[in-house]
Amino acid sequence: MNDMNHDSYVTADGRTIGGVVMEMKNITLRFGGVVAIQDISFDIRQGEIRAIIGPNGAGKSSMLNVISGFYNPQEGDVFYHGKKRKPMRPYQVARQGIARTFQNIALFEGMSVLDNIMTGRLHQMKAGLFSQALWAGRANREEVENREAVEKIIDFLEIQSIRKTPVGRLPYGLKKRVELARALAAEPSILLLDEPMAGMNVEEKEDMSRFILDVNDEFGTTIALIEHDMGVVMDLSDRVVVMDYGKKIGDGTPDDVRNNQAVIDAYLGVAHD
Amino acid sequence: MFYREAGDFKTSYKEDNQTFPIKFDRYRYYAVMFLAFAVVPFIVNDYWVNAIFLPFLIYSIAAIGLNILTGYCGQVSLGTGGFMAVGAYACYKLMTVFPEVSIIIHVLLAGGVTAFVCILFGLPSLRIKGFYLAVATLAAQFFLVWLFNRVPWFYNYSASGQINSPERTVLDIAVTGPNTDAWAKYMFCLVFLTFCALVARNLTRGSVGRKWMAIRDMDIAAEIIGVNPLKAKISAFGVSGFFVGIAGALLFAVYLGAAEAGDSFGITKSFLVLFMIIIGGLGSIFGSFAGAAFLVLLPVLLKNVLVGTLGWPTDLAAHFEFIIVGGLIITFLILEPHGLAQLWRVAKEKLRLWPFPH
Repeated sequence: MNDMNHDSYVTADGRTIGGVVMEMKNITLRFGGVVAIQDISFDIRQGEIRAIIGPNGAGKSSMLNVISGFYNPQEGDVFYHGKKRKPMRPYQVARQGIARTFQNIALFEGMSVLDNIMTGRLHQMKAGLFSQALWAGRANREEVENREAVEKIIDFLEIQSIRKTPVGRLPYGLKKRVELARALAAEPSILLLDEPMAGMNVEEKEDMSRFILDVNDEFGTTIALIEHDMGVVMDLSDRVVVMDYGKKIGDGTPDDVRNNQAVIDAYLGVAHD
Repeated sequence: MFYREAGDFKTSYKEDNQTFPIKFDRYRYYAVMFLAFAVVPFIVNDYWVNAIFLPFLIYSIAAIGLNILTGYCGQVSLGTGGFMAVGAYACYKLMTVFPEVSIIIHVLLAGGVTAFVCILFGLPSLRIKGFYLAVATLAAQFFLVWLFNRVPWFYNYSASGQINSPERTVLDIAVTGPNTDAWAKYMFCLVFLTFCALVARNLTRGSVGRKWMAIRDMDIAAEIIGVNPLKAKISAFGVSGFFVGIAGALLFAVYLGAAEAGDSFGITKSFLVLFMIIIGGLGSIFGSFAGAAFLVLLPVLLKNVLVGTLGWPTDLAAHFEFIIVGGLIITFLILEPHGLAQLWRVAKEKLRLWPFPH
């Protein structure tokens, strides 16, 4: 990708892609004898939509889990804003401005939609236990300020009518949207989406694609996503990483990847001799 | 008909966030507070205070405490009795060592001590969950009772091994000791209950409460959005311990007057409070009140009906009481697993539309 090494460029649809925000260098992750990720390097640039694709079991979700701090790789380093990241717990990664959604929805079922999204803003709420116990001063003020921010996201994702509904009662597609809202509420600099369109029908996929593009466009959020729907991936993303059996077999623009022989082999299968 | 949102517009997020968003609820709440503070103290007698009001008030505080830990944060605890004992013994030691300090401070400090002990025993919760945590807290229950029975320093080397609450006053009115007026005991506990309930409500609707509930509902997702699981669990144990400790201190100092760790704060206490929150409703402040009321009132009611109305012998009635209470609990849990608070919620939802549901 030598042509992309300059600091920033403008895409065909007029968005500016900045420098590298996150770089994975020679990541290797093993579970006992199983090598889930083998010596993978790639980078994510400011403001782009970066897709990670690959057949089942390729190690895509493991990669996302490395980025979000669930797994610490045995070898290799993660560079974030140019600095090498120490091994961290997921909540520390979250505090650095990396939010994510899950493949199978991980919402708080017992809480209302509003409360779920409000939990996304925990970093912005710093009132101490005593201030909250008396509901005075800072706690009260923060609650209102953050509620305003959350309401903007609720408007943005068009879920106004369900804000007081317990999440457990919502249908699948809406839950996915609420989960996106919760991740957005944290105002992340990088948003990781693990199969945001899994199990959706065409209309829901269209809605979700629109939201992803809007988020990227309006908030300038960098997005890394895993997705199986090739049409969606090719349409949405600026650059694509392709993985197979824990190895990187392709990296580049959707067009590059589409014409890459190794990628075609991985997806269509090839006779081994 | 009167219970509805129509016409009750919220124009700020503050109004939208209030505890009782419906006007009728707000007035009902003011009415209950008025009754509790300004009417009941003037009409209660010894029997009502000792048999009904005091246990209800004190167990409500304990239930709120346990509900924060189990209902809101999802950490099962079977050590409530032991933690109440910590509150009681801490209060006793403070009362006897610093007799000149106000009893109000003593009770609050007893809560603080219990919070600390509770946090210590809560540390394993980071590694162990569910049943295993329940067993760990069960160990706390037995250890604490053993400690208070075996280390004479805790009961000031008294020959009986009991602790007795000396007379203490608030504004020159005795609130502990044998010469206390019924209404004074009632008011003293009521003030603490009101304080605890308000604090609990404020904590559970703010960001701390959301952290707790996030941990309860899905701890992995909670961590990914930035909840530090250690801090969230520890704060739940601490706050819960504070309330439970206050309940223990009041139970000993105001209600019982004399206590012995094994008898007054045994494993049955732990289960009693746990039943209260399960029947009342996990994760609901109202549920804590409802559960405490249910388990305090039911035995009294049964006794009155069986002995008073039907004329059964007292011992037979006492045994039947257990059977009936147990049976009712089981029936109740089958019919409504989410407790009285859920019944209340359903009733309120119906009421909103009544009398024109379509």
